[in-house]
Amino acid sequence: MIKVLHSGFYTSIQDKGRFRFRNIGVPVSGTMDSISAGLANALLNNNDNDALLEIALNGPKLEFTKPTAIVISGAEMSPKLNTNSILNYRVYQVKKGDIISFGKLQKGLYAYLAIQGGFQSKTVLKSKSFYDGLTVRSRLQKNDSIPYKSKAIVKTLNSAIKNTNSFFETNILEVFKGPEFELFNFEEQRKLLQTKLTVTNSMNRMGYRLKESVVLHNKSMITSPVLPGTVQLTPSGHLIVLMKDAQTTGGYPRVFQLTEKSISILAQKKAGDSIKFSLL
Amino acid sequence: MKFKLKYKPFGDAALLIEWPQKISEDILNDIQLFVSKIENINHKEILELNYVYNSLLVIYNNKNTQFTPLKIHLQNLYKKSFPTIQKVENVLWKIPVCYDREFGIDLPILSQEKNISIDEIISMHSGTIYTIYGIGFLPGFLYLGGLPESLHFPRKETPRLNVPKGAVGIGGNQTGIYPKNSPGGWQIIGKTPISLFNVNNEMPCEFKASDKISFKPISRDEFNSIELAEVNGNYKLNKSFIND
Repeated sequence: MIKVLHSGFYTSIQDKGRFRFRNIGVPVSGTMDSISAGLANALLNNNDNDALLEIALNGPKLEFTKPTAIVISGAEMSPKLNTNSILNYRVYQVKKGDIISFGKLQKGLYAYLAIQGGFQSKTVLKSKSFYDGLTVRSRLQKNDSIPYKSKAIVKTLNSAIKNTNSFFETNILEVFKGPEFELFNFEEQRKLLQTKLTVTNSMNRMGYRLKESVVLHNKSMITSPVLPGTVQLTPSGHLIVLMKDAQTTGGYPRVFQLTEKSISILAQKKAGDSIKFSLL
Repeated sequence: MKFKLKYKPFGDAALLIEWPQKISEDILNDIQLFVSKIENINHKEILELNYVYNSLLVIYNNKNTQFTPLKIHLQNLYKKSFPTIQKVENVLWKIPVCYDREFGIDLPILSQEKNISIDEIISMHSGTIYTIYGIGFLPGFLYLGGLPESLHFPRKETPRLNVPKGAVGIGGNQTGIYPKNSPGGWQIIGKTPISLFNVNNEMPCEFKASDKISFKPISRDEFNSIELAEVNGNYKLNKSFIND
């Protein structure tokens, strides 16, 4: 088990997400930055879909009750194993009684803590990803405990990758044209692509609202499916980027669709950061 | 087939098929027929289908297939007739709703603004058969078509921060049920004691697009007893089949 001594700001269990239930309105969920999460699992020889902890903004304090191996990836949050500072993208062995804690957020927003074999929390509709109303919790709370398999340590794992976080330092988000992109004229399309946009405080696992009003419009459409990474344009001209816990359908014109990599990059942005869309 | 469809790429792993931009049961039935065909051929690269109103999203495995070949495949499939496919059975669900003032907090405003008595609002709302045009927005949220025009009413200018699970509301030309506690801007006219989504059931949501819904007014006492039966897992929603 991992015992939660402090929960942190928003710590949840995530895997790749919950598929094939969109037709009954169930969001996909899953890791916000799937690239960083995938690297952490890969370093432990885990499956890509193994459940890990997603840690936003402020890290938790966790105690291990049996030996295992872990990797931290994504945002740089000054992690510590007991009293020693540790690095991202490096495999660490932990013993019974060891404590992981986090300090100052240095870079990015979402960190991942992967564990050998993945967390063994309850699977709901084929996924362990937390989602309010489906799983018992939508975020970890103090005194929660999460099971994991204790594996015999066969050999010293010390693989590491260098400088992996550079992928999210860019502010260019590569996008595809969305289904309604062509409804806008050349000048409007140009504005959508050339305006420098600012991430606001209205950002969570459901979506990111961008600050600028880019293109006012009165184009109405009938509610239609949306995806994580869909960029909607509201009549007030604001852009909303849907993220992993987003609703499955929407009624605003879909002007862009982010690539999975762009979703990961955006997930690591903070309020005040600027971004720009670039057509693939 | 009778409709001219538009096929659009939606990212690099989904294809969006659009029917004409209107809400109609003909379109809904045509989408469902197409969905049945797609399910029937069991295409191994098609991972998921999601449809609502006049569009169908096909999510595919982009490691093994791409937009253009999949589009051609689907276009041919659309034209083909499948005599073995049966028309989807139409089910009518009767959903109990208590319209007491305690739950129907916006009934007085509606009555005043529309100049219709509360009793008339209730009888119009519950006397209509609605069609499910899709499920989305939240787990178990049904998009319903068929709200009588005299009950159309704009959403609240400022949404409420918390609308309770089961609340029945009117927003614009739509009516619907909140499947869980959530913020919401619809005018609330009643509450159902039943759950539209139960994650512990084998089928978490029993409803499907093209099913029909009607609302059955119940008293506060009936609300309590149904709520209790629902909690204990003893409540069976009234379901009948419609022949057309």
